Amino acid sequence: MSHYPLNPDLFSEDVKQEPIRAGFGRGLKAAGEQNNQVIALCADLTDSTQMSLFKESFPGRFIEIGVAEQNLVTVASGLARAGKIPFVSSYAAFSPGRNWEQIRTTIALNNQPVKIVGSHAGLYTGADGATHQMLEDLALMRVLPNMVVLAPGDSIEAEKATRAMAESNQPNYIRVAREKTPIFSTNESPFEIGKAYVLREGSEISLFGTGAMTHKLLVAAKILSEKGIEAEVVHVPTIKPLDNEVIIASVRKTGRALSAEEAQIAGGLGGAIAELLGETLPTPLKRLGMQDRFGESGKPDELFDYFGLTAEKMADQIVDFVQNTSQYHRDY
Amino acid sequence: MSGQLTITQLQQKANDIREDIIRMLEAAGSGHSAGPLGMADIITALYFNIMNIDPKNPEWEDRDLFFLSNGHTVPVQYAAMAEAGYFDTEELITLRKFGSRLQGHPERERLPGLENTSGPLGSGLSQAAGYAYSLQYLDDQKHRFVYVMMGDGELDEGNIWEAAMFAGKYKLSQLIAFVDRNNIQIDGSTEDVMPLEDLRGKWESFGWHVLEIDGHNIESVIDAASTGRAITNRPTVIIAHTIPGKGVPFMEYDYHWHGIAPNSDQAKEALIKLRTLDGKITHEGQGVEAS
Repeated sequence: MSHYPLNPDLFSEDVKQEPIRAGFGRGLKAAGEQNNQVIALCADLTDSTQMSLFKESFPGRFIEIGVAEQNLVTVASGLARAGKIPFVSSYAAFSPGRNWEQIRTTIALNNQPVKIVGSHAGLYTGADGATHQMLEDLALMRVLPNMVVLAPGDSIEAEKATRAMAESNQPNYIRVAREKTPIFSTNESPFEIGKAYVLREGSEISLFGTGAMTHKLLVAAKILSEKGIEAEVVHVPTIKPLDNEVIIASVRKTGRALSAEEAQIAGGLGGAIAELLGETLPTPLKRLGMQDRFGESGKPDELFDYFGLTAEKMADQIVDFVQNTSQYHRDY
Repeated sequence: MSGQLTITQLQQKANDIREDIIRMLEAAGSGHSAGPLGMADIITALYFNIMNIDPKNPEWEDRDLFFLSNGHTVPVQYAAMAEAGYFDTEELITLRKFGSRLQGHPERERLPGLENTSGPLGSGLSQAAGYAYSLQYLDDQKHRFVYVMMGDGELDEGNIWEAAMFAGKYKLSQLIAFVDRNNIQIDGSTEDVMPLEDLRGKWESFGWHVLEIDGHNIESVIDAASTGRAITNRPTVIIAHTIPGKGVPFMEYDYHWHGIAPNSDQAKEALIKLRTLDGKITHEGQGVEAS
């Protein structure tokens, strides 16, 4: 296991918190400083998607599209044809929610390096309710050939991921959340597109988290340890391409797998891991996330509790899973 | 490509392209007939006169660009590209066949010279507008122009009007759009399916300079494009009135030919009609010379 430096305060009550989208905003500005071909397009949500930092620094490279998400991505496709590296942002419910076909045809099949930023994704969108809590974006983007799918775990990683996107010559999707979430990584922590990282070693179950769920899994693992269960925590910020090697190596060691995402369990991280294990190393697997249902209005804490996705509630489900499932894996 | 061909030669070239289209569609056994035949004069004017391109160097950095938005009409683009020298005309009969670079709908990465991937309607104008924005605001390349072709039925798509607003807002004067106004779509007449009129008024209200031409009069097509290039404060749309299936009498005006290909007997008859022309492609005072 390569060393992954964790924030030493990550279990503290007053762990530093910041919205993941803030890291995106900083990363985009940094990418813009590094490469003058980086441009930004927004659909009337410049402040809330944190593109404003880029806009203030490079007004000539910012394009306001208006509330027109289909046009947002297709104009970006044309700009990419002209040699630009366009970042396009809106709420994930609208982009890629509304404009999926345009993304499929003019970006994925057309293989243009457009960078799609889905802000306000997942349950953290809270009070806005089910219409705006995008839970299907990971699935929608993961099935597209050529598309890279990222869900960074905190704002520090989001900044690194955004800079990596600017250097990728493929179409990319990144999901970022609205609310403040705990920072578990450090400036020194590694990030590379396509890599998963073992944050905590364990022997009895592998816990795979993506986005801000990884912090909750780290807390859950601490609770489990107090109950005598040693869980391995693997952070999976790239859902496509999946880091098969790290995931398989972890599961081979622990014989049980669990995924956690604030998204539908079908098609996203849980779906990807189920496919991988089903085809290469059948292993008992539990998928935590949204169980084929929509969210509703409420504070994020209330929603995570209601849907069983707090660290405490996940720990309970993991105990149950570990106690009732034997460690097993089988090579073909 | 500079305009070395005379109008008469361009008309003959358009007719060669129509013959190519019939042969391609017959060999493919499926595809769209009416649109490509109706657009042949405009596409010929673009590839053989209007656009500054180098078929032997499709990624030439000073080239003008052509975006096809109504991707189902791509046989006419493939035929024009082959006739212009992007690839050998013999390859045309591979249209829609397994392993062909000439996919049923155009895929940019398969064939050098294509600028976009299209088929699902409504997104070509945005892509062209994105490129035109780059030329005008990011690259300071005032000498290059972006041409885009849309079908009229395609204008039912909301994405088109999002792009129209965008191009109007940013006064994308290097963007020149064509609407193939042939009045048909799959389910019938455009005005029955979803009325488009007042089409001129719609584009004008979105901030575009609007020209209306006879889309079979190659001289008019060339003139309109020239006017479009000269207008420096707005994008230009050229509403080109065309006859679907133009040149093949039994296909003309008939929306049933929108999405089907001729069988071998029909193709044979079509080629005879095209070779004799029956006077249909010509215009008063500038008929195709007998060869």
